[in-house]
Amino acid sequence: MMTSRRLLQLAAIVVVLAYPIVTGGSPVWQRLGALVLLAAISASAWNIVGGYAGQVSVGHAVFFGIGAYSAVVAFVHLALPPILGAPIGMLLSVGVAAVIGVPTLRLSGHYFSMATIAVGELVRVLSSTSNWLGGAQGLGGPAMPRSVFDLSFLSALPYYYIFLAVLAGLLGLTWWIERGRMGFYLRAIKDSERAARSLGVSAGRYKLYAYMLSAAFTSLAGSLYLCMFGFIDPESGFGILLSVKMVVMAALGGAGQLFGPLIGALILVPLEELSNSLLGGQGAGITFVVYGAIIVIIARFLPSGLLSLLERRPRAPTRKTTATPSAASGHAD
Amino acid sequence: MTTMLLLQVVVSGLLLGAVYALFSSGLSLIWGMMNVVNFAHGEFVMLGMYTAVVVWTAMGGGPWASVPIAAILIATLGVLAYFLLVRHIARGPMLAQILGTFGLALFLRYGALWVFGANFRTLPDDLVGHSFVLGGIRFDGSRVLAGVVGFAVTVLLHLLLTRTAVGSRMLAVSEDATAAQLMGIRPQRMQALAWALAGAATGIAGALIATFFYTSPTVGETLAIVAFVTVALGGFGSVLGALVAGLMIGVVESLSAFLIGPVYKDVIVYAVFVLVLWFRPQGLMGKT
Repeated sequence: MMTSRRLLQLAAIVVVLAYPIVTGGSPVWQRLGALVLLAAISASAWNIVGGYAGQVSVGHAVFFGIGAYSAVVAFVHLALPPILGAPIGMLLSVGVAAVIGVPTLRLSGHYFSMATIAVGELVRVLSSTSNWLGGAQGLGGPAMPRSVFDLSFLSALPYYYIFLAVLAGLLGLTWWIERGRMGFYLRAIKDSERAARSLGVSAGRYKLYAYMLSAAFTSLAGSLYLCMFGFIDPESGFGILLSVKMVVMAALGGAGQLFGPLIGALILVPLEELSNSLLGGQGAGITFVVYGAIIVIIARFLPSGLLSLLERRPRAPTRKTTATPSAASGHAD
Repeated sequence: MTTMLLLQVVVSGLLLGAVYALFSSGLSLIWGMMNVVNFAHGEFVMLGMYTAVVVWTAMGGGPWASVPIAAILIATLGVLAYFLLVRHIARGPMLAQILGTFGLALFLRYGALWVFGANFRTLPDDLVGHSFVLGGIRFDGSRVLAGVVGFAVTVLLHLLLTRTAVGSRMLAVSEDATAAQLMGIRPQRMQALAWALAGAATGIAGALIATFFYTSPTVGETLAIVAFVTVALGGFGSVLGALVAGLMIGVVESLSAFLIGPVYKDVIVYAVFVLVLWFRPQGLMGKT
């Protein structure tokens, strides 16, 4: 049992590392792989606060945008390599997360989600009125790489391995948190905040820690996005669809599960790319129609995500899927 | 002169606010009754707007045709959404609730983009586009129609809930569904009725807004946030709260567009929202 599991893990690592080679060095597949990993980074970052702590933020694009804009501002206004903006963006995001989080994390359930939507939209509108940030037109990174520090490559291959390393680090950190005291507290808060509090868990503080940590890594994802695409505008940096995608990927795979966001990204990113390329420019509409339908079906029939299929297999015939402990989190009031 | 202009701005804010109140009351009703937030609410309004566009341009009907047709169509959509989706996700994890109605929102928004295209549509303004001057204030025919009908229907909805037997049955379900069931009320029927009423309210509001606003597939996004603000301010479950809050939001929006600049009117509305959630999350008239 244990050895077969080990073998499976080893096989997964080999496949992930060798993927660009296995696919014959095809640029399309390399790009797709990099995009999946980037989406998995931001969805996994969201998962820390949205999945483990059960605080469904629909405004995480704020941090993604801060990361992307920090990277491009470092280049445009300071002539620095974009990636040097990443740590500044992470610090800024942690600060902004504290400012947003202290009042909003006190709100329960839907109120928190709606407050994060409002903050996200507020930031998006404000960013489009700022000349310093390029207004509605946005800002572009270096047109030509000046050195390797610009992280500006023509091929998607370097991005693939950079994103893979970041994702591995993030998942390692998440795994460590999951198994430690903080993970235990976060799950307790998610199941019943009142019960967690009565047991002496300082719920507000741990929710805030999770939110700030999540913000830092979402910001890093934004900086990496800027390095790969070299351009950011208010819609692609702070747009609400960006926040929604993070939620959807985590929830599709399984929110609050280590590999849930990665599974979600593995399904949704290729789906989006495929329908975009098959249907051309006007296909974006149909892509999101399909996207919406998938989300509705998942919410209706698999409310705990795809990974819940694996866990609950022995008891699948009983119709008690909605009675899992996490179901109680819906009625926190 | 300036006071006249300011008065004009306040009046047009009140007229707009009455329509905000109408579609927000639907969101408030469902929220109070089922503790479910319909993130597709703005898309319901958007479809009401397109219904008006289609009735008006393809069938040659005016507001007297488009408003009832939109009411019936969106009420049907609400009932369908309730039976096919919402009924099942209402007891699930909160994430599934948010996802379910958000997925529905994406489906409807981009379905509309697919069907109607991305272009902004406007209605021919020969029917209600007349403006008239009364006491030194200029009124737009379409805005007056929208404001007056919006106000009247919201008041009717409030009376329906507070003065009729069906209304008290619905309120009983929203207080305690189990107890209501023991009293012989069928909670699912009342919840379906709430979705029908909310759908009708959003349909009417959408058809009214379409007379003076650009119709586009993405218009629901902004309107949904207006509805969230209104419900948060008015207190969930309260139609009267939605009415008062809707009028306030309309005035705040008009005044900030006039005094600060049109770009910042959304900023002000979102900021009001965050402040309300911060200081009084149960809303002005909400129960705790």
